[in-house]
Amino acid sequence: MGRSGSGKSSMRSIIFSNYSAFDTRRLGATIDVEHSNLRFLNNMTLNLWDCGGQDVFMDNFLNNTNENNYNNSSSANIFKKCEVLIHVFDVESKEVAKDINTFKRVLENLSKFSPNVKIFILIHKIDLVQSNKRQELFQLMYNNLKNIAYNEYGFKITGFATSIWDESLYKAWSSIVCSLIPNVEIYEQHLAKLNEIIDAREIILFEKTTFLVISSMDRFKSNTNEHTMNPTLALDPKRFEKISNIVKTYKQSVNKIRSNFKNLILHGKNSSIYLDVLTSNIYIMVIMDNNIGKDENYEVNNESLVLEDIKIARNLFEQIENKPLS
Amino acid sequence: MDQSALSGSFEVDSNATVLLMGLRRSGKSSICKVVFHNTQPLDTLYLESTTKPTTENFKSLIDLAVIELPGQLNLFEPALYDYEKLFTSIGALVYVIDSQDEYLSALQNLAVIIKYAVSVNPKIHIEVLIHKIDGLSEDFRLDTQRDIMQRVGDDLLDYGLEGVQISFYLTSIFDHSIYEAFSRIVQKLIYELPALENLLDLLMQYSNFDKVFLFDINSKIYVATDSSPVDIQNYEVCAEFIDVSIDLDGLYESNSQQQQQHTQQQLKRNSITDTFEENINQSQYQTSVSEDVDALANAKPTKCISRLENGTMLYLHQMIRGLALVAVSRLEDSDETTALSVIDHNVAIFKKSLEKMWEHAKFR
Repeated sequence: MGRSGSGKSSMRSIIFSNYSAFDTRRLGATIDVEHSNLRFLNNMTLNLWDCGGQDVFMDNFLNNTNENNYNNSSSANIFKKCEVLIHVFDVESKEVAKDINTFKRVLENLSKFSPNVKIFILIHKIDLVQSNKRQELFQLMYNNLKNIAYNEYGFKITGFATSIWDESLYKAWSSIVCSLIPNVEIYEQHLAKLNEIIDAREIILFEKTTFLVISSMDRFKSNTNEHTMNPTLALDPKRFEKISNIVKTYKQSVNKIRSNFKNLILHGKNSSIYLDVLTSNIYIMVIMDNNIGKDENYEVNNESLVLEDIKIARNLFEQIENKPLS
Repeated sequence: MDQSALSGSFEVDSNATVLLMGLRRSGKSSICKVVFHNTQPLDTLYLESTTKPTTENFKSLIDLAVIELPGQLNLFEPALYDYEKLFTSIGALVYVIDSQDEYLSALQNLAVIIKYAVSVNPKIHIEVLIHKIDGLSEDFRLDTQRDIMQRVGDDLLDYGLEGVQISFYLTSIFDHSIYEAFSRIVQKLIYELPALENLLDLLMQYSNFDKVFLFDINSKIYVATDSSPVDIQNYEVCAEFIDVSIDLDGLYESNSQQQQQHTQQQLKRNSITDTFEENINQSQYQTSVSEDVDALANAKPTKCISRLENGTMLYLHQMIRGLALVAVSRLEDSDETTALSVIDHNVAIFKKSLEKMWEHAKFR
């Protein structure tokens, strides 16, 4: 949800329909509600409701609460059985008071119809703000909204600053989607085991079509006590989103020669990276340290070792995925 | 002061110097920015008009220099610039024509320049970019090209210069056509090109490649390719494949290099930098890139392999001096590992011969 023109449909098209940021200019206004269904990780279905933001539609969504035919009103339809609300704020918007007012009314409806909803707010189009002012502005907005949501309606909310022109969008969406996956713990357990065997610098799991990060594990997560100096901290904190972004661009470019991307092995000057299919819905990315000083065959041996390990892990994860939800 | 700086840069010699000329607002600076500085094409809308000749140096297989002249300058004001020296020192003259504008005055200007350039330096390559074709419809483009070629031919006939070879390219900065055109232009300046192509042909034959390019990593210009025809889609995928490998590798820098690399990455990738800031950074950026190229040469070469679902394989292997070999190949599933080892071996040999060739080229 969000005001018209705040970039809701653009976001959806980039994350779920392989649009590039440039292509979203062609999108028109969304009429009423656009539903889309997505299968996600095999046994999960995402119902994405993209609500048009013009005042007419908004009033329609929000206003019918007082009528007698309580259950048939459109607001009941919209807000019933809601798992997640993603409310988008346009950072350039002139009518901030009105935006917040709409947000309040949405929250009011939600507290009535689905009190267990998870709420995310996205401060969108942050690329239009000068880079040194972004953090300040975001904190201001976020704290304000957090207070409103908590004090008046008892909701805890999570906020992100996003832009379709960089990787911040992927970060926001992967935390949103992660909060929806029921058996994240099982994935993480097995990932930790796998990491003990491979001894990788880092392992990351991605969802296949959207390339959102599901879970990640690095060598130093499990035994932080021994390593007070955590080397992964020195790495780019935005690397997950950047990888999502890079690989998605690559997938699109590969489409030009009418094919799909399968796997990628990179021996760089710093590390070896293996990106491969894990299950029918998950990609795995393994980052190994480069061991300087080892003999020439080390790389080759290591490569076959890692690939073999991934093959074995594949069966295991396939099983987790096909397990019905308990 | 201006003049001394200029003549200093002309001394660089080597034939691999490209001179960019054209009327004002024809898009010369934009071309430079997009091709050599990885600027987003949309950001070039905000470029100021160029007032001084600018020279950029690029270290690749050849040391390429691009000189850009302000568009609004009158050629026959000899007090300002020493044209004779300028034209004798360059290998290629690139003239940019704005195809969306009225181009008759540009053509007149072009004819005058050609007449002068050829009289001074008969060996000069003359290249004409029919630029900004992204705004023209498909069939109109060919009409425009034919019209321009016709008129230029007539003009030259009037001056009595029938024998001059002129190449025409249709270009736009919003797709890969500008890279394609620049690749062709640069290739003409490489003395070793026939030998290189021969080597690549051999490599292709023995390694089962469909297509192989030798890329300059920073600019995505290909300095050589095998003799099979270039499919623009293959080229695009290969160029983007380089980006993928470099970016992914850059994310996992070891700590010591990180700080320095990080700032560089930002400079390179930051699409929202305003142009003013970029201008300041330009000079230092240039040096850092060339240092980086040297550093890359010493380190272990980057290698990257990616398979696609239809059995195609993309193969990248880093070469000397900021070059990378990128190949498209089709492999049978059965003996993949052996085939890969053969390819690795062949590529290693190719790299060695490239090194040897480079040694000789230095003493030429």
